Amino acid sequence: MGGVARFWREIPQRYNLIGNKCEECGQVFFPPRESCPKCRRKSMGKIKEIKLTGKGKIVTYSIIHVGPEEFEEQVPYPIAIIQLDEGPRITAQIVDCDIHDVKIGMKVESTFRKIQQDGSTGAIYYGYKFIKRK
Amino acid sequence: MENIGIISYGANIPQFRIKTEEIASVWGKDGKIISRGLGIQEKSVPGLDQDTATISVESARAALRRCNIDPQDIGAIYVGSESHPYAVKPTGTIVGEAIGATPDLMVADYEFACKAGTAGVQTCVGFVKADMIKYGLAIGADTSQAAPGDALEYSASAGGAGFIIGKDDVIATINHTLSYTTDTPDFWRRAERKYPSHGGRFTGAPAYFKHISNCATRLMEKMQTKPEDYDYAIFHQPNGKFPVNVAKKLGFSLEQVKQGLLTPVIGNTYSGAAMLGLASVLDVAKPGDHIFMISYGSGAGSDGFDITVTDKIKDLKIENAPLVAEMVEDKKYIDYGTYAKYTDLLYWE
Ligand SMILES: [Zn+2]
Repeated sequence: MGGVARFWREIPQRYNLIGNKCEECGQVFFPPRESCPKCRRKSMGKIKEIKLTGKGKIVTYSIIHVGPEEFEEQVPYPIAIIQLDEGPRITAQIVDCDIHDVKIGMKVESTFRKIQQDGSTGAIYYGYKFIKRK
Repeated sequence: MENIGIISYGANIPQFRIKTEEIASVWGKDGKIISRGLGIQEKSVPGLDQDTATISVESARAALRRCNIDPQDIGAIYVGSESHPYAVKPTGTIVGEAIGATPDLMVADYEFACKAGTAGVQTCVGFVKADMIKYGLAIGADTSQAAPGDALEYSASAGGAGFIIGKDDVIATINHTLSYTTDTPDFWRRAERKYPSHGGRFTGAPAYFKHISNCATRLMEKMQTKPEDYDYAIFHQPNGKFPVNVAKKLGFSLEQVKQGLLTPVIGNTYSGAAMLGLASVLDVAKPGDHIFMISYGSGAGSDGFDITVTDKIKDLKIENAPLVAEMVEDKKYIDYGTYAKYTDLLYWE
């Protein structure tokens, strides 16, 4: 059940890419941070929640051939580090794209997918994955 | 008169396709004959990470991208499906959170075989008319399952569409809606069972044709219209043949039905079927176009809608989300083995 509670707390990030921004220096964080590591105390009270657009490009990627147990059925699949247009980098699965078509620099956008589930009786976890931008 | 209708809409069709002939070859049947008989060339298949919730969310987000409404102004969400991911835990809650409409809203999941989505549209129309909500979101989506080797395996597919219902700035006015309902056991799925059962030939005349015809006739009587008064007609489409036949019987032409007929190329998306047909029509519709839509849900009932497209459709940012035709074309074929894996056939109940 610990998994369910943790997932529930992260719903804003997982569903809607809710991050935050330091209004002192303009840096955007995802996942959101309590304070800005650069501005430190100056950022107090100036960290504002923002919804990221989910648009970005692939910085680097790797094709997973042997995945964790719950992703076994999906191999081979690409996992990429994506630079979002607002700045933060996030790691996510690329879907609806042939593994040979995934490229560094490829423009991508977020999509809502099932991430995993606790067997056939447990909770289903949804969140972001990325597709090639249309 | 109050102008209640569609503010925006969006659709979602998974990328994978399996051809009728591929399924037929596994069961030693002649795929060409089956394909011709059903009027289905191929059907959409959900990926391992797609289900009714993901299709509903993507449809709703597409609808929101095309208009300027604040999701917080959505006061009700109804998701119609016969394949909700949870038996208990509403899909609508996931959609509400994923589009930023929570927490001040009404949510419920609907189930009425293939017409649960249009039942949601009716509910939203009622609430908007009663001034209880500003906007309502009605979604019809399914990742329907068929037992391996069953006749339904050639048609049961995946997809959906969502409609934001509101007042005033509507792109299409819902002039009237009514339903025709009886207790007809043509198709069902018992609780705790994975695959549905159906009454074979019984699914035709006393079920699909009777309910659609009666609903259509009553709607035209009420509106004092004739088939030729409409530019487009959309009928529930469990296969490629039934909607064309019922249209012909009622006096509609193939020309009126064509744009809203998707089953030949994506299969039967159940709760998504009539609604995807309407989305496909709205993708090309012009101000003044008159649309006739009759859904059908086994069990059984039909919901009828008389709709007129308004000038506001020109303001819709339709380019902010893919057209139905684009999603139909954006496809990747899979073989039966991959299909079995994607649709969980390997885990027999
Ligand atoms: Zn800072």
